Parts: sequence; structure tokens; C-alpha cells
Amino acid sequence: MSKEYETVIGLEVHVELASRTKIFCGCSTAFGAAPNTHVCPVCTGMPGSLPVLNKKVLEYAMAVGIATNCRINRYSRFDRKNYFYPDNPQNYQISQLYLPICHDGFVEIDTASGKKRIGIHEIHMEEDAGKLIHDEWEDCTLVDYNRSGVPLIEIVSEPDMRTSDEVIAYLEKLRMIIQYLGASDCKLQEGSMRADVNLSVREAGTEKMGTRTEMKNINSFKAIMHAIEGERKRQTERLEDGLTVTQETRRWDDNKESSKAMRSKEDAQDYRYFPDPDLPPVLISDEWIAKLKDAQPEMQEEKMERYQKEFLLPASDAAILTSNKHLADIFEETAAFCGEPREAANWLITEGMRLCRETEVDADGMRFSPANLSKLIKLIAGGTINRTTAKSVFEEIFRRDADPEKYVAEHDLKTVNDEDGLKKVITEILNENPQSVSDYRSGKQKAMGFLVGQTMRAMGKKADPQSVNRILKEELEKA
Amino acid sequence: MEICDLTAAELGRKIKSGEIGVREAAEAFLDRTDKTDKTVHAYLTIDRKSVEKRADEVQEKIRSGEYDSPLAGVPAAVKDNICTRGLKTTCASRILENFVPTYSAEAVSRLENAGTVILGKTNMDEFAMGSTTETSAFGPTRNPWDTDHVPGGSSGGSCAAVSSGECAYALGSDTGGSIREPSSYCGVTGIKPTYGTVSRYGLIAYGSSLDQIGPIAKTVEDCAAVLDIISSHDPKDSTSTERSYGFSKSLSDDVRGLKIGIPGDYFTEGLDPEVAKAVTDAVDVLKQKGADVEKFDLGYVKYAIPAYYTIADAEASSNLERFDGIKYGYRTKDCEGLHQLYKKSRSEGFGEEVKRRIMLGSFVLSSGYYDAYYLKALKVKALIRKAWDRAFEKYDVVAAPAAPSTAPKIGESLSDPMKMYLSDIYTVSVNLAGLPGLAVPCGQDSKGLPVGIQFIGNCFGEDKILRAGYAFQKEYPYRAPHLTEKEAR
Amino acid sequence: MGKNAIDDETIDYVGILAKLELSPAEKEKAKKDMEQMLDYIDEMNELDTSGVEPMVHIFQTNNVFREDVVTNGDGHDDMLKNAPEVKDGAYKVPRTFAE
Repeated sequence: MSKEYETVIGLEVHVELASRTKIFCGCSTAFGAAPNTHVCPVCTGMPGSLPVLNKKVLEYAMAVGIATNCRINRYSRFDRKNYFYPDNPQNYQISQLYLPICHDGFVEIDTASGKKRIGIHEIHMEEDAGKLIHDEWEDCTLVDYNRSGVPLIEIVSEPDMRTSDEVIAYLEKLRMIIQYLGASDCKLQEGSMRADVNLSVREAGTEKMGTRTEMKNINSFKAIMHAIEGERKRQTERLEDGLTVTQETRRWDDNKESSKAMRSKEDAQDYRYFPDPDLPPVLISDEWIAKLKDAQPEMQEEKMERYQKEFLLPASDAAILTSNKHLADIFEETAAFCGEPREAANWLITEGMRLCRETEVDADGMRFSPANLSKLIKLIAGGTINRTTAKSVFEEIFRRDADPEKYVAEHDLKTVNDEDGLKKVITEILNENPQSVSDYRSGKQKAMGFLVGQTMRAMGKKADPQSVNRILKEELEKA
Repeated sequence: MEICDLTAAELGRKIKSGEIGVREAAEAFLDRTDKTDKTVHAYLTIDRKSVEKRADEVQEKIRSGEYDSPLAGVPAAVKDNICTRGLKTTCASRILENFVPTYSAEAVSRLENAGTVILGKTNMDEFAMGSTTETSAFGPTRNPWDTDHVPGGSSGGSCAAVSSGECAYALGSDTGGSIREPSSYCGVTGIKPTYGTVSRYGLIAYGSSLDQIGPIAKTVEDCAAVLDIISSHDPKDSTSTERSYGFSKSLSDDVRGLKIGIPGDYFTEGLDPEVAKAVTDAVDVLKQKGADVEKFDLGYVKYAIPAYYTIADAEASSNLERFDGIKYGYRTKDCEGLHQLYKKSRSEGFGEEVKRRIMLGSFVLSSGYYDAYYLKALKVKALIRKAWDRAFEKYDVVAAPAAPSTAPKIGESLSDPMKMYLSDIYTVSVNLAGLPGLAVPCGQDSKGLPVGIQFIGNCFGEDKILRAGYAFQKEYPYRAPHLTEKEAR
Repeated sequence: MGKNAIDDETIDYVGILAKLELSPAEKEKAKKDMEQMLDYIDEMNELDTSGVEPMVHIFQTNNVFREDVVTNGDGHDDMLKNAPEVKDGAYKVPRTFAE
């Protein structure tokens, strides 16, 4: 008889902060520069170089801690984590082990069985490593230190998650909070947010934790779900076979949908952490924390409330719009431009999200300008185009941020409102379709739809559907 | 008097008045170096052409008034663990044999902005690890007073260069006595300022919580003048402190009422009796001039060295990890794979003493030993600091020897590293507590080798120790060695 | 020999941590040296340090910061000037293991 197993999951999430400069030097963090151009003696580990802490990094770290209900350590320090690897120019990483900046917080996620708290063990600041580029031609590796010294916070959760759904919910919540704070753009695919999954299994009902494995740097939500499923299955099967689970780091290959143990580096995992003598501690005052609390931007719950009160949106719509900061921003700007919040909401929630799913991007992928969406809404309101036409125009706005006014003019999409012209076309349609006419008159309402469709086709979809319906009905009832 | 025998202050005045030209001064020191450095080997790098060019440039700027510092135009040497842009900086190690920094240390920039002509880089113990300059990968420096003897270390090259008149003054660095001990062995004056006084930016780190750059010269007046130039609150160094400067202003011959304490627990059987006598005689001189002298027990004396070596080596093991053959420095020619690259480059590039300290440092930080060794050492450091605090509640200045003996013979020390470490007994606790320490020549032993006295002050108490040193030096002025005397013997 | 016996395993372990490779003769000497130093360091245990806070920094300086302003330009040429092996503007190293 097979036993019931429970999966225990904890996450270590690394987030690249959105400061302009690196954590310990004045080099730019801007993405995409040529290799080794955003570098200086500090972030390349030159002899005699010294680190100096970027205040903005500390403030972002504290802001994230405050927003995740953490306690802020009033006295916090940096420690050196010593290990040799080429992406690490000093062969030690400046991190925080003994006195991290935040600890003991939580976020709330929605699960099938209600709200659940996922504990945050600690949050600390550290510097990112450089990039290793594998050179296929020469079987060597090339090192680029542009990313070395980019500021990171590491958010370490308690092992409170039990399913991959909970993991995704937790990550989405964290991402939303951090995006709302403006502390990072949190893009998994671009590496500004990275999740390491620690997973173990144990017999349901037992207290003792199983041996856990770590899976690093899985860079999409889908892959994370697969990885969790795969590892849960692998560990459970081992235990059921009477084997043990080895504590190790495993690499998840989403193409093969399997993981394997990473080759152990010829390295003891003995990091010899000790306080960095080059960096004085940070002392956080109550006033500073209060100031940061005050400066906290409007977060998701507040915004959701406001959307319902100010724009009279239903709660469900407000929830969707505020689930992503970028989406909320587009909504608010569009509403401000056109003065039609409910319209703006509708377009974004229905057509907008549909196109996102179709193009496999999340709401962050909406790259059009609110000004253009606003113009579209005005065109509809003014009767210049009908809703059917508007849908295809919206698709142009979504895909290439087309200016709707220009597009409508270029493609001659204006609704025709000439009643006489419309009556003529309808009379022709009725004459061409006597069967449908008699069907309608004998009670078959469906025939109306056919006739409307025929009329719209004849009009090249430029007719206003309401007018078509009205006039058709008038003509049909004339007999 | 020959140019090389002038003090830096005197030379500065004569250059300012036009009596001596900048180029003339630089060439005088370079010519002297040509004569004596074959024996002394104080320098590792001299770029004569650059020196001449710079001298001319400085002369022009003095004429135009752009350089008006009291030491403008005065030629100086820089210890080879202090980065100088465009000039090879090796830390006397094979692993940096051809390293040419593209940036200068803050202290060097400040010297250059004051019109200094930098003559070259001086020899040292490899990565500042040693007390005799014998661990240099490029051969030892010899003591100008007796070339069979060491100059001390790790700033042996800088001290020997000053002593043999190969530069008007020099920069050294001090982590556990590396300015004060060689200064006393070479009969010159050297000061390690309060921690944080001189920026460490560009000083290639050994023990980050202990390192300081400091001047070495013929006189206290010279040291104070150089300290005025190189001290600053540097935003590039997070451990740089904001404090009062103006060291030259504190020079005064008046020591009436100055309270001087002598640690009785320093005068034990490890101390050479001739050194003990020279030091006590020197303190008497100050007593004659009106200072109040009293003996006291400092406490924790024997624990300073284990605490120091634990902390310094731990920090060093981490600071030296960056030397991996990838970004700069020596890279092994034959290796298969990354880990061999690291191991071979480092093992081939580092000398024995450096490897020894890196290993000990890695060990005391390793899992299982961190609490027993490293954390314990930090607690002992706290106790030592408290002991000094207690001393400075009663005294303005603490007077002590700078080393337990005069300069040993070359080749005597390296066979017994422990014995060599123990010779730091009077200097390391000053670094542990971050205090300023000034070494001033005060006598000679029966072999004719110099003895130095050390004046130790409270944190930011340079003014008091400079005053004590200045007043003493009025009664015991600078003496130069005469290399020819050795030949005459 | 004092209380701190250092065996081959320990020296090898420390060598891995410090990325140093010692010949057999060097290893023997390193063992002896380390034993001697550790015996000496052990003397610190004569002191009762219960209740004493480890002193990391000498001064109570706190909160040393820089503003989030770009002050460095293109450091490419300067930083690569001393590099032993360079390719395509990057530092060249033997193949690393996939991370």
C-alpha cells in the first residue's frame, strides 16, 4: 500500500533592483551595454578598490520588507561569502548572513481553500555576479562584468508552500508587490527575478522534514510548475523504493522535463562568512522607517478600493486591472485621457487580456500607449466606427501601437450613417433573399440574423449594427 | 649640505625660494640612488624619464603659483603596495609582477596635487606580510646602517630609501607595525595615523581593519607635513573618518605637563636591554623637559599577537582571493581547466609566507573554527581596546619600544616564523585598537644599529604624539648612516 | 606537538578553500607551521571573554552611503588593460561548468 506524501517547498527569490547604479560603485546598471563597459575597479575586483553602499538600494530593500510585513533590523551589516568562480571578480560576494536587513514577514496568497500566509524568513541585500558566456568555437568561457555589482535582494521564504499552485501564487504576489513599489520590474524571462526552489517530501502527517534538493534559476512560471511536479514525483518514487534522497542541487531541463544533479564544483561549500571590514554597519532609525512607510506608493488593495469608489467599477474588474501594476497604469492613463473609465476597463479586460493570451505575454507585454486606446474609445463614442470595426482596430493598437485615427482614415473604416443609402442596400438584400424574408415573417427569428449579416457584408462592415437592425425590422414589418 | 641630506621641509623651502630647482633636486636623489641602491636595494621600480618630465612640469606649476604646498617639488618614494597610475605596482610579488594600475591611490593623488615628484616604488615584504622585507619576491633590502642586516618590514624599502638619502620622504603602510618597526631599525621617523585618517583607496589590502598608509621621513616635522597632505575624508573609502587635520600645527617644543605612561608589562625578558635603556633614557629626556612620566600595566600584552594574526590573516585570506590569473597578474602557463588555473596561478605566484598566512586565515574562518578562533580574536580585540581606553584616561601619550631588538642579520629570521611574529609585540595592539603610533630614533646599540622609541596616542590623538616626538627630536636630531663607515670597520 | 594536530586531510581541505596546491614537502612544512600557529592562537582561550561583544569595527561610524548617480563612464579599456587573456572584449577563462 503506498503512503500519502506531502510536498514541502521553500523559495529563495533573487530580485534585481531598479536603481540607476550598482550597489557598491557608480557604474550604470542599464541593460544591453557592450561587454565590460559598465565597469570600474570596484566591480571588477581590482587591487586596492573599496565598496561604498548605494543608499537607494537600502531604501528599496527596506520598502520591500515593509510591504511584506517584515521586521526591519535596526542594526544591519554586510558579510563576505568566499568562493572562487570567474563571475565573481573578488572571489567573494558581499552579502548579508548574520544581520540581514529584514526578517520574519509574510505575504498572503489566495488558495482553493481560502487565504494562506506564506512566511518570509528574511530579506537581505547582496551583489550580483558577472555573466559567463560559453564560447563554442574555442571551448572556453568569456566573462562580462557589466552585471557584477548590480544590486539584488534575496527573499527567503519559510518552507510553507505545499503545491505548485501555491508557489506560483506566492511568486505572483511578490512580483506584484515589488512592481507596485517600483523596486524592480521582476521579469523572470529577463532574469530580473530568479527563483530557486527547495523541495522535500515527507509522509503526510509527520513533522520531520525530508532531505531537500535545490533547483536553481528556472526562468518561467510554467517551467517552475513542471520542475516542482517532476521533483516531487522523483523524490516520492525514491522513498517508495526504499531509497534516500541526496541533498544536492539539481538542474531542471524544461525541454526534457527532467532534472539531473549538477556536477559538483571542486569546491567545499564552506563560504567562510565573516563581517566585511570595508563596510560600516547600517543603523536604521524609527524616523527613517516611518518616512519610508509614508512614501509607500498606493498598493494593490488600496488601488482596488479606489477603482470601485472612484470609477464605479465592479470588484472583479478592479481586481483584474490591479493585478498587474503596468495594466493598472495603462488603465488609469487611458481613463484620464478619454474620461470613460468603464470603457477603458472593458477594452483592457476583454480584448486586451485575450490578445495577451494569444501572443503568450502577460500584462507587462502590453506595449501600446494609453493615448491611442483613448482615441479609439472616443471614436466609438462619437459614432465614427462601430464596435466590430473597433475590435480589429484595437488589435492594431495592441500589436503595433497604431494611431487609430490614422488607421481608420487610411483603411476607410468609418461607419456609414446615411439612412437612405442604408435603406437602399437593405431593400436590395430583401429582394435577393425572399426565402429568408418569408422565414422571418413566419416566425423564424434566426432569419433576421442572416439578413443582418448579409447587410453588414454588403456594407463592408461599415454599417452601425443598431441602425441596420432597426431599419431591417422596419422594412420587414412593412409587408 | 648635500641636497639628499636636507629634510623634506628644508628642501621644500629652498625649492619655493628658487634656491634649488625641482629637476636639480630630483636628479640629486636619482644620482644618489644610482650609487647606493645596488647595495641597499630599496627600490623596485624607477622610471627616470617620467621623473624628469614630471620635475619640469612641477617646476612650471610652482612658478605659476598653481603648486604652493610647503613640500611642492620635493621628491618622494612610494611603497609598492600603493597603486600609482601608469607605474608598475607589484606588492613585491610575482603574482603582480607586471601589473600597471590605471588608477592611483587617493594618498598618491593628493601628493601629486600638492606637487610631489614621485621617484619610484619601494621594496617591501610580499603583500606586506613580514617584518624584515626578506619575503619580497625580488630580493631583500639591506639596512643602510649595516648592509648585513635587515631594514625591518614590511616597509623596509621606504625606510631604507629615506635613511640612505635616496628620497626626501616616502610613503609606507602599517598593518601590525610595518612603518614603525622598520623606521626604528633604520633610524628614521615614521607614523601610522589613527585608522581612517588616510584613505585606503588604492592601498592593496592586507588586513582591511588594520591597514593605514603613513609617511616616513627624517624628522617629525616632515612626517607631519606629509600627513597634512595625504589625510582626507574620502568618499571612496567607507572606513575613512571625518576628523580634524592640521598636524603641522600641533608641533611644539613644550611638553610641560604632558602625561606619559610607560607600560611596565612591555619591559620583560624578551626585550633587548640596550633597547630598553635607549627607550627609558629617551623618556627621561622628556621628563627633564617637564613631562609627567609614570609606569603602568597595560594588560593583555601577550594576547595581542594571536588576536592580530588571527584577524589579519583571516582578512588577508579573503582580500587575496582576487588574485586568480583572470583579470590581471600572473597566470600559469599550463593548466587543464578552471580549478587548475586557480591553484597553479596562485601557488606559483605567491611566496611561502603569503601562502602560509592565507592558509591559516582560511582555516580560522572555516566552518567549525569560526567561533573558536575568529570570533574569539574579535573579543580579545575588544578587551585590548578597553585596556588602551583605560590607559588614555590617565595619560596623553604612551611611550614604548618599537621593537624588542635592533635589526637582525639578513637570513636569521625566516627560519622561525613564530619568532618573527613575536617581534611585533609592541606594535600590533596599536593597529588592533586603531590608535596612532609614531616611531622616532632615540639611540644606537653597541653594534651601532639604531633604536627607535614609539609614542602611542589615543584615537585622533596625533597632536600629542607629534608634540612628544618633536620635542624629543629637538634633543636628539636626525642622524644619517654612513655607508662608508662599514667599509672602514 | 601541541593540541592542534593538523592532518593531511585538513591541509588538503584548506588548500581547496584557498585554491593553493602544495608539494608533499610543502605540505609537511605547512602542517607543522599551522600546528605551531594554532597552539599559539589557543593561548587566547586563557582569557575569559564571556559577555564580550566581538569588535568588528573600531569606530561607531554607521550609514556611509553614496547617492544613486552614475559617476563612472566606459571602463572597458582601463579594466582590461592588465588582463592576461582577452577575447571579444571579455576576460577569457577555461570552460566553466554549467551553472
